[in-house]
Amino acid sequence: MTDLTTLEAELSAQVAAAPDVAALEVLRVAALGKSGSISGLLKTLGSMSPDERREAGPAINGLRDRVAAALAERKAALEAAELDARLAAETLDLSLPAPPRRKGSVHPTMQVQDEMISIFAEMGFAVAEGPDIETDFNNFTALNFPEKHPAREMHDTFFFNPGPDRERKLLRTHTSPVQVRAMQRTNEKPAAPWIATTMEPPIRIVVPGRTYRCDSDATHTPMFHQMEGLVIDKGIHMGHLKWTLETFIARFFEVEGVVSRFRPHHFPFTEPSAEMDIGCDRSGGEVKIGTGSDWLEILGCGMVHPNVLRFCGIDPDVYQGFAFGLGIDRLGMLKYGMPDLRDMFEGDTRWLSHYGFSAFAAPNPATGLS
Amino acid sequence: MKFTLSWLKDHLDTDATTAQVVTAMTMAGLEVEHVLDPATKLAPFTVAKIVEAVQHPNADRLRVCQVDTVDGRKEIVCGAPNARAGLTTIYAPIGSYVPGLGVTLVEKPVRGVVSNGMLCSAAEMETAEESDGILDLDDSLTVGTPAAVALGLEAVIDFEVTPNRPDWLGVAGIARDLSAAGLGTLRDLSVTPVAGRFPSPISVSVDGDACRIFSGRLVRGVKNGPSPDWLQARLKAIGLRPINTLVDITNLISYDRARPLHVYDAAKLVGTSIVARLGRHGLNGDEHLIALDGKTYELTPEMSVIADADGERPVGLGGVMGGESTGCSDETTDVFIESAWFDPIRTAQTGRTAGITSDAQYRFARGVDTGFVVDGLELATKLVLELCGGEPSQVVVAGEAPAAPAPVTFDPAYVQQLSGLSIAPEKTREILEKLGFAIDASRASAWTVTPPTWRRDVEGKADLVEDVARIAGYDALPATPLPETPRAASGVLTARQGRARTARRALAAAGYNELVTWSFTRNAIARMFGGGADELVLANPMSADIDTMRPSVLPGLIEAAGRNARRGFADAALFEVGPIFGGDRPQDQRLAVAAILAPHAPRSWDKRPQDNLFTVKADLLALLEEMGAPVVSLQTAQGSAASWWHPGRSARLQLGPKAVIAEFGELHPAVLKALDVDGPVYGFEIWVEAIPEPKKKGKTRPAADLPSLMPLSRDFAFLVDTARPAGELAKAVAGADKALITAARVFDVYQGAGVPEGQKSVAVEVVIQPREATLADADIGALSAKIVAGAEKAGGRLRS
Repeated sequence: MTDLTTLEAELSAQVAAAPDVAALEVLRVAALGKSGSISGLLKTLGSMSPDERREAGPAINGLRDRVAAALAERKAALEAAELDARLAAETLDLSLPAPPRRKGSVHPTMQVQDEMISIFAEMGFAVAEGPDIETDFNNFTALNFPEKHPAREMHDTFFFNPGPDRERKLLRTHTSPVQVRAMQRTNEKPAAPWIATTMEPPIRIVVPGRTYRCDSDATHTPMFHQMEGLVIDKGIHMGHLKWTLETFIARFFEVEGVVSRFRPHHFPFTEPSAEMDIGCDRSGGEVKIGTGSDWLEILGCGMVHPNVLRFCGIDPDVYQGFAFGLGIDRLGMLKYGMPDLRDMFEGDTRWLSHYGFSAFAAPNPATGLS
Repeated sequence: MKFTLSWLKDHLDTDATTAQVVTAMTMAGLEVEHVLDPATKLAPFTVAKIVEAVQHPNADRLRVCQVDTVDGRKEIVCGAPNARAGLTTIYAPIGSYVPGLGVTLVEKPVRGVVSNGMLCSAAEMETAEESDGILDLDDSLTVGTPAAVALGLEAVIDFEVTPNRPDWLGVAGIARDLSAAGLGTLRDLSVTPVAGRFPSPISVSVDGDACRIFSGRLVRGVKNGPSPDWLQARLKAIGLRPINTLVDITNLISYDRARPLHVYDAAKLVGTSIVARLGRHGLNGDEHLIALDGKTYELTPEMSVIADADGERPVGLGGVMGGESTGCSDETTDVFIESAWFDPIRTAQTGRTAGITSDAQYRFARGVDTGFVVDGLELATKLVLELCGGEPSQVVVAGEAPAAPAPVTFDPAYVQQLSGLSIAPEKTREILEKLGFAIDASRASAWTVTPPTWRRDVEGKADLVEDVARIAGYDALPATPLPETPRAASGVLTARQGRARTARRALAAAGYNELVTWSFTRNAIARMFGGGADELVLANPMSADIDTMRPSVLPGLIEAAGRNARRGFADAALFEVGPIFGGDRPQDQRLAVAAILAPHAPRSWDKRPQDNLFTVKADLLALLEEMGAPVVSLQTAQGSAASWWHPGRSARLQLGPKAVIAEFGELHPAVLKALDVDGPVYGFEIWVEAIPEPKKKGKTRPAADLPSLMPLSRDFAFLVDTARPAGELAKAVAGADKALITAARVFDVYQGAGVPEGQKSVAVEVVIQPREATLADADIGALSAKIVAGAEKAGGRLRS
């Protein structure tokens, strides 16, 4: 038995002293391998008498198990130490910059357009569209602008040169011509599938799009965005118009206590006509909504003129309704505090990063508009 | 249109303040633009009296005055020569801003004597352009009276006259609406005719379209000269320059009754007849007129011309401006007064052609009251007689006034039907009558309402509702929720609109900034990008830089990148979703999604390469996937993209040659040079309408394909001609067994040693997805043979 004790002591010392996993493996083979010292002892069991074996068997097997365990334990320790050493060598300087990732943005006008559409969608409005290049008829005549009337001049229209048919096309000065396209009674298919055409009352649409006027200063640009609204049904009156726009404004600005008023105005295509003002504070040099004692005009609206309905083939004694026109860029400037309309179209990446919106800020009723 | 409160009170009996008038106007549809109130600017200035004025001890030209002011007795140093004891003048306290000097008064010694305020001249208060001393006011004014009151300065209200209401271009018209709105009682506006004492020696006639009605009369023996103070003050207050009494009277009536008039010095007229006719186009060109503004105008056959000498000599541009040769001066003794009615459209066109916007032209262009032609003449006569004396002739009239507006049949219940306002018929009637409408209400639900002659805008019952509603007040409109309507089951956007929205959010998420650029561009740029046709060129562009509708979104983005680079921000990833124009018909307008990438990332410590054309390709394909395009079916047609791309580095993505969905590539260096932008710039443009509409309706999806067996991969290397696209080879490989092969990815392209000249080695990793059972070696061998055969059809030979 002394031999076993000595062997165990020797092996334990060697295991403990093994410098690395490879040395440990040499030790394992020398002790537990096919011709290892402990394997040799195990082989002697066969030649022993049953009595001898009953004594030596457990002793040798116990030795084998303890040595194997010591080897495993030592191996785990050595591996852990080696991993620690490798990891220590792999240290990275994490103060170094990560590769830059461009931060994209949605243009404020388009964000605001999405916001507006989501509010009107809740109210049951569909979205209709029409072309930017329009006929004089759709932009003016069908909207009850008398020929050569001063109201036409007030629109600062961009014209194209007359074509061979002498028809002079123009860039629409408002998105109202889409009203005409939606209301007109025609069997003709629209020129393209995306262009609004004959709808049967009840009609409830908003029309976002680009509009154009010959004008340029801090609040006017030759191109801007407008959203026209149109509701045609039986029994629609100005009270509905008031509710619709008051509700829209309250939801759009997302601040408490937005006050508004309606003032009479004149537009050729509505009768009666109105402008809507909202309460604001101009004292700080910028316009603040929802506070103050000043008024700010934000939109024009009115009951669709009977002449317009008649032009489109709708009987004004049966159907009536309202229309309104909202400046998309302008509402965005007011809501988000952008001082100059011209910046909207300059494409300055610094401005876009500052005033733009995250791709994930899509308006939805749970998180709000923006 | 400008007016003052005192002028308004000539026609409106009211105690209303300026603020009340402004509010009432605003709420009745007379949109006040601003109120210029001198009292605001002059608030610190008040009347004071000099009690004692002695020589300043240290300055010859200065006096030290003891002054009774609103703040008590003050010692004030004054340099004005007229500062004397007993003078009633204007005082400004320390701390007040003196507009004429542009300074705020501070307490400081003047040559050793502290001045406790300032005594002011008219120029210092900016109530006159120059003055030669401090104000010398009426001694009856009491100390402390505000300067604006002492000087009789009034607030001026300026408002926007909408084109439908030319009657608001006269103060009387404003008063009428305000009286209906309950602000006061309208005074009698009727005009009493002045009897003529003798037949007019000057006859008048009208020639067809030139003028509908022309009336006039001679007043002889007048004394012209500067008009009285009240008249001058009234005109000056609204920014008009007094000329002489006769001219000032016409200006007064123009602003008081929206009735333009003209006065001729009868002595300067040739002959005894005045004709209103169209301009003549003679052998030597058009006629000419030297107008009152001293400028010479060509008279075209579209213009109304007033001519004397039996119609031979032009003496005025009808409804626009009179001629210099017959104008009234201080020496005028006999005056011929004209009151006529000129057609709005003709007058508007004449104004535009000649470039004249006179008060008369502005009024006639919008429509002058057809029922006040002779009345206007009578009113002018009365004032001429009052202010200049003289003896009036009888009135001469040629032509006839246009017919009065037609009556409208009106059910008063329509007020509520259209406006929602609950207004009693009696109230409706009261409002309309106060506005000048004549009402026959003998049938309760079918009134006959005749608009007054100054309301040619009223054509139907909706117009009447507007008048009733605005006077009753829009504040009372009952906010009424819209009725519920059937809703679309799945959102309100069309597929096209939804795709535009998706594109926007997807590209922003991928790191691109969204731009909105002009729909128009420079013609040369439009041509560079395949557009520029005449039909898309604006006839009246704001500038030549934006005169042609754009054929592509790309140039706007590239130019924006250039502007950013010149500001020091060269790295740009920009996109826009917007219209492009292939012609002037509606169907020629298409929706494009375009993006550009001008990679200028900062240098990186780990030597990371810049983004390149394949970054853009990846972004494009990811975007098309988001937009619902059939990306797996797309062909990459290299070399067929448009001329603005690098010919070797651009391609079309298409479903077929006639179904081109997008183009992408590196922009042509010559195009970048022309747009003044440093390259490389990569980009793409998608034509949204070209993406097929999704076929499938409904929301349920097919069962997911999730095989339980592990996929395996095998690598192949093929030799192909250099010119052959690797994508074609990969596609052929992938198509070798559509059931088993789920991907064929090119992972290496090599040319050089070991590869024959003119060929390249393309290494493809093929991913194989066993379906029913694990593949045996023989199965894989058979599949490999199919793959090699497939590659051979695409010109690939297995590299051994």
